Amino acid sequence: MKKTKQLFASLFLMSLGLGTAQAEYTLNLRQGVTQISQDVYDLHMLILWICVLIGVAVFGTMFYSIYHHRKSKGHVASQFHESTKVEIVWTIIPTLILIGMAIPATKTMLDLDDVQDAEMSIKVTGWQWKWEYEYLDNGIHFFSSLDEASNRARQLGSGIDPRSVPHYLLNVDHPLVVPTKKKIRFLFTAADVLHSWWVPDLGWKKDTVPGFINESWTYIEKPGTYRGQCAELCGKDHGFMPIVVIAMEENDYNAWIETQKAGTEADEQLAAKEWTTDELMAKGETVYANNCASCHMADGAGMEGAFPALTDSSVVTGDIDAQIELMYNGKGMMPAFGQMLSETEFAAVVTYTRNALGNSVGDSVQPAAIKSLKSSAPADEEEDEDDEE
Amino acid sequence: MSAVVAEHDDHGDHHDHGPEKGLLRWIITTNHKDIGTLYLVFALAMFFLGGAMALVIRAELFEPGLQFVEPQFFNSMTTMHALIMVFGAVMPAFVGLANWMIPLMIGAPDMALPRMNNMSFWLLVAGALLLASTLFMEGGAPASGWTLYPPLVLQTGAALPFAIFSVHLLGISSIMGAINIIATIFNMRAPGMTLMKMPLFVWTWLITAFLLIAIMPVFAGAVTMLLTDRFFDTSFFDAAGGGDPVLYQHIFWFFGHPEVYVMILPTFGVASTIIPVFARKPLFGYSSMVYATASIAFLSFIVWAHHMFTVGMPVAGELYFMYATMLIAIPTGVKVFNWTATMWKGSMTFETPMLFSIAFVVLFTMGGFTGLMMSVAPSDFQYHDTYFIVAHFHYTLVPASIFIIMAAGYFWLPKWTGNMYDEKLGQLHFWLSAISVNVLFFPQHFLGLAGMPRRIPDYAVQFADWNMVSSIGAFVFGFSQLLFLYIVIKTIRGGTGEEVTGEVWEDASKHSLEWTLPSPLPYHTFTTPPKEIPTEHF
Repeated sequence: MKKTKQLFASLFLMSLGLGTAQAEYTLNLRQGVTQISQDVYDLHMLILWICVLIGVAVFGTMFYSIYHHRKSKGHVASQFHESTKVEIVWTIIPTLILIGMAIPATKTMLDLDDVQDAEMSIKVTGWQWKWEYEYLDNGIHFFSSLDEASNRARQLGSGIDPRSVPHYLLNVDHPLVVPTKKKIRFLFTAADVLHSWWVPDLGWKKDTVPGFINESWTYIEKPGTYRGQCAELCGKDHGFMPIVVIAMEENDYNAWIETQKAGTEADEQLAAKEWTTDELMAKGETVYANNCASCHMADGAGMEGAFPALTDSSVVTGDIDAQIELMYNGKGMMPAFGQMLSETEFAAVVTYTRNALGNSVGDSVQPAAIKSLKSSAPADEEEDEDDEE
Repeated sequence: MSAVVAEHDDHGDHHDHGPEKGLLRWIITTNHKDIGTLYLVFALAMFFLGGAMALVIRAELFEPGLQFVEPQFFNSMTTMHALIMVFGAVMPAFVGLANWMIPLMIGAPDMALPRMNNMSFWLLVAGALLLASTLFMEGGAPASGWTLYPPLVLQTGAALPFAIFSVHLLGISSIMGAINIIATIFNMRAPGMTLMKMPLFVWTWLITAFLLIAIMPVFAGAVTMLLTDRFFDTSFFDAAGGGDPVLYQHIFWFFGHPEVYVMILPTFGVASTIIPVFARKPLFGYSSMVYATASIAFLSFIVWAHHMFTVGMPVAGELYFMYATMLIAIPTGVKVFNWTATMWKGSMTFETPMLFSIAFVVLFTMGGFTGLMMSVAPSDFQYHDTYFIVAHFHYTLVPASIFIIMAAGYFWLPKWTGNMYDEKLGQLHFWLSAISVNVLFFPQHFLGLAGMPRRIPDYAVQFADWNMVSSIGAFVFGFSQLLFLYIVIKTIRGGTGEEVTGEVWEDASKHSLEWTLPSPLPYHTFTTPPKEIPTEHF
């Protein structure tokens, strides 16, 4: 009785909180937006129904027996046992059912594996804790991490109601944009640890393994926004690296490509201008919150035994070039931010760490200086090539 | 001269002595009943520790947003909860039952290797304490999931070598236990107790012991490779040095899949022991149950990569592991059909052990159904690493293994202690557990299908409702287990005061040898082998 009351109480409590949640409320697997996801859904339902039927038969028999064959009803136990015939029957029937399941499953598995004849390729790299996307056909390249609103709300004791944040934990700063009605091949790898790229509406997930490349493909019929998450435990912020895929009609997609290219130019112009320390500090604060605070903490105190403090750190208060070098190339668990941040963001966050979080070194660095660092790195490679020649 | 004779007589009396007095009894004991008790008490303690960690997890997941713990600590909790429940609670509980029951069921005076028996218990305690101590180390306890996948596990702080060494200790302890069980069953059976006359609990443990000997060294090897990768510059699992992180997963699951059967095969044995007693019928197909157990054990070695469908295997590999995994449904089906046929036309009564056993058959079958769904590789591309998986393996562990361990407790406690447990409280414990376990785990199927990944400390708001229901179930289930603790303590201290016969349960002595002995059991039993073997099941 008590149990039932508690259940009703909880259901009542839930109904208060439904609000925004209700729209996406679901109990079953999603049918998704691709042929594969539909095939997987059909397989899922087929086997679910097989299980339900077997369950009804077995549990029905069992409960009939429990109800009728009880001592309190005066039922006398019959002593039958051992029947090879019966054993053979209940071995053969499940075998036939399994063969019936294996045939459509094999077909879908072969389709899922067929990455041939793709019209475009996107390389996906998993990082702790963001995704890197590289459009291999036109050179567009960006990182995608949890959006700012979710990031603020998800901090321990933030006091922000997650229900007030649109698409809480399922929104990113830079979504992956793809065209509809094109076979897209994905190449997966990882920079640090294992991750797994999963958008339920596409019908599959694929692990990203550092040092190895996995493949998969999709063909999306309908334009729309499809959300997913990292599915392989990848450390502390595993729950906070969502995936957003926006599928657009070809025309819109081409327009998007153009804006991306224009955006890259705008970034370059920004990086070329002279920044004041105040501008750098203001930008640095946002960059710090989005990229650094999850390990080094919002106040720079770090986490003892795991992540060093930045306040009074010998690196952050020491030689600025050494700090830039460490952040640029990474070290141990510290990722190589040289690839992840733009020149402007990089310069801003270096300046910020040296003059905030309880530090007051007083110096700063310009985006242009970082840019020269960036352009010197590929130059090294070219020199190597020259040597080979 | 007479003094010498008297001394000699004393010595003769010593041969039949009771237990050592005081605490020392429990430390130096080589008696299978004492060691069985130690294992069971230890398992119960670990069950509460691992359960407390589960409640930390469910408290954090009660609502979206982070309320109580940092994500890193949350990950430590999921990791430690699993390791402690698997290696500290479920496995030791079954070793405890094996220690108590195998000698009694085969008519042997004790285990074959009593001193090693003592040592394997205390190594278990050492291993578990070492594991628990990592919680207080710099950088926190391991937080990479119980599977300890590299490269993530290599980011563990100071705890890594200690966790690895604790796995070694737990492994050595398990192997010793397994060797002892095999030696006992092969050498100590009473005259007339042929292999095909052994109770099924003995059979399932014999097969489990072989699994343990085969797999524990594999796991020890895998974690040792992690150790050398971290400290001795090897690169087994590092692509930069020519290694492969996925290699670890293959080795781990070659251990890991049989490992989950280590936790379920003895469960089958206990269920096959309890159901016939309360149905007042012989087990329907004794020999087919033995063969089914052996088939499941064999299959468990050739299906490991179904835990890795999304890791990027060649399609031929995906198909092979799908087909092989589907095959497991056949012997498992044979088991479920046999239990049902055993109940059919019986004369059933529903004391607490029977209630837990019936719940086991029903709820384990549900876990089996989701297992069958997951064996289908393309579907697993959606299910993998979601709460659907969490629901699946908890159905096969909590209302299966844990329920059966509790059923075994209610079934044999009167035999062990000579006191009857309180039937009303026992049934209350059953109904609380059986209902709350479903409130706890059933909604997790919905969460997984709707797209909630496992091992996340916070979730999107559309997952909020079922997480709340699940957490409520978790707390009711968790606190209901305190009732079990109370019932056990009360039974040990005198129970209901009811007189308990040697048989305890009606006609139980037709089923197995332990019921031919008096209750409570004397400290030493079957010092001379039994003359007759019960014939009910063949």
